[in-house]
Amino acid sequence: MILSLALEQLLNGLQLGVMLFLMAAGLTLIFGVMGLINLAHGSLYMVGAFACAVVAAATGSFWLGLAASLVAAAAAGAIVEFLVIRKLYDRDHLDQVLATFALILVFSEGARWVFGSFPLYLDIPPLLAGAVPLPGIEAYPLYRLAIIGVGALVALGLYLLISKTRLGMRIRAGESDREMIAALGVDIRTLYTVVFALGSALAGLAGALVGALQSVQVGMGEPVLILAFVVIVIGGIGSIKGALVGALIVGLTDTLGRFLLPPLLGLVMPASTAATVGASLAAMLIYIVMALVLAFRPRGLFPAKA
Amino acid sequence: MTLSRETVINLVLALALLIVPVVASQMGQPFTVTLATRIAVLALAATGLNIALGLGGLVSFGHAAFFGIGGYAAGILASHVFSGEPMPFGFEGSNQMPVIWIFAVMACGLAGLAIGAISLRTSGVYFIMITLAFAQMIYYFAVSWPAYGGEDGLSILVRNQFPGINTMLPLSFFLLSYGVLIVCIGLFALLRNARFGTALQAARQNEVRVASVGISPYGIRLTAFVLSAMMTGLAGALYADLNKFVSPSMLSWHMSGELIVLIILGGTGRLFGPVAGAMLYVIFEFALGGITERWQFFLGLILLGVVLFARGGLIGLLAGKARHG
Repeated sequence: MILSLALEQLLNGLQLGVMLFLMAAGLTLIFGVMGLINLAHGSLYMVGAFACAVVAAATGSFWLGLAASLVAAAAAGAIVEFLVIRKLYDRDHLDQVLATFALILVFSEGARWVFGSFPLYLDIPPLLAGAVPLPGIEAYPLYRLAIIGVGALVALGLYLLISKTRLGMRIRAGESDREMIAALGVDIRTLYTVVFALGSALAGLAGALVGALQSVQVGMGEPVLILAFVVIVIGGIGSIKGALVGALIVGLTDTLGRFLLPPLLGLVMPASTAATVGASLAAMLIYIVMALVLAFRPRGLFPAKA
Repeated sequence: MTLSRETVINLVLALALLIVPVVASQMGQPFTVTLATRIAVLALAATGLNIALGLGGLVSFGHAAFFGIGGYAAGILASHVFSGEPMPFGFEGSNQMPVIWIFAVMACGLAGLAIGAISLRTSGVYFIMITLAFAQMIYYFAVSWPAYGGEDGLSILVRNQFPGINTMLPLSFFLLSYGVLIVCIGLFALLRNARFGTALQAARQNEVRVASVGISPYGIRLTAFVLSAMMTGLAGALYADLNKFVSPSMLSWHMSGELIVLIILGGTGRLFGPVAGAMLYVIFEFALGGITERWQFFLGLILLGVVLFARGGLIGLLAGKARHG
């Protein structure tokens, strides 16, 4: 019984990690290629979730909604890149932080304007509703398993895209020497827009997938954005492999910390104190892990080249 | 001796911030006085951040941590006076601002030392994200720790006292906040022109050259970060007393963003940049907030415009580029 609960929490942690990977992969890709810190990534997550909820409500199909989330987030990303982000590549990080902070205000208030402050709800598609038995677990929600599957597929797809395709080759070249590949005749501006749209689409996908688990509302992207920052700082900014490892560390630490800390502390202190201390400590745990990682590896676990 | 244009503008800003609330108070408009107090306190917080960000080039995206710790120092000490319960470690509660300020500044100094010591091992984008993450850590701690209100925050039933001043009167409290602001701006100016400030700015401009003349950039930056945290913490204590309320929202990353916004709106590294920025911000908030509930939407657009097209902020616009030397 305890074991079954622990396994279930392990899978929940994995699911959180996979979802964080979708966010962190885009962030780290954009930083790696363009050297841009994008606070508005959480807004693109929100755009994806809203697009999915609206289209799914209008057509009755979650799958159309999911497709819409990809398209809407990629389009929003491309437009923002074209109008604002493009002017920020040569600026220092302070300007990038501020401009993308301003974008968050615009996106959040804009969404509140259009959709109101009440959350929208997105149903899990019938195909993935229900739960399945797994070894050691009586029943685990099929939808969460599907998210883990999607994340694994995206990780594989990204690996293939970056290492095996022509676009991936250009992205890698853009990371190592942008002047050189521009001189070789690659249209670097279009490449930047494509990378930004790709990262945005991943964020939108994450938003839509999580939207069906939680509710779709303004501001939903911000906590996830900060977790994604922790992920890429732990993993090493600019490294996709680092993003994957960091996402799993953060997802598992957070979920298991919340599950394990209160009972563990209960062994050394009264149960009621243990519950509050445990909950507070669990809420801080990933930041403590991050501080520890940075104390020993200031550039993260998988530092990308300077 | 002729005054530079920037000095004239600084004097005008300082006098305007003093005269408007005094006149408003005479005319029986306490709300304007409260707005001016808000400007003074936010400007103080941003002046603290300006030590790290403006002089040191350290883009701390986590100064809300210190703002909030200062606020909680005021809230917690005052709450123990009302409840009569002793505090941990044998301290006693207090509703005297000088005591509270010392607590707030010490607590923020220690927190700044711990956060800075780890964060300053990194630089650039890492530094931004780490300071943000540490502030979030404290935010989540405040939300999940139920002893002092948790998510609901903590009310300060009666505004804390200052010897010889009736802090309950809006104008008196404003004058107190204004006095603290002016003293701290003076400290900022002293710091900037001292050897320490020169070394700090040099470390921002060229780290290698500073190191090559035998000054360790790390130590200087850490000192600046701690001083910066202390000043922002003092502002936090005043802010809690202004609102008679402290909640985790003072620790949220929106607050950190707003503090940076104040500096940029006014002009990075400028002596009165935070004052100009806080004036603009509070006036925007008040004027736009009166027209539309969605004022943050327009604030976002204005901010985008400032970042993309008017990088010197208000002081830069009025007084031209900062002079070196």
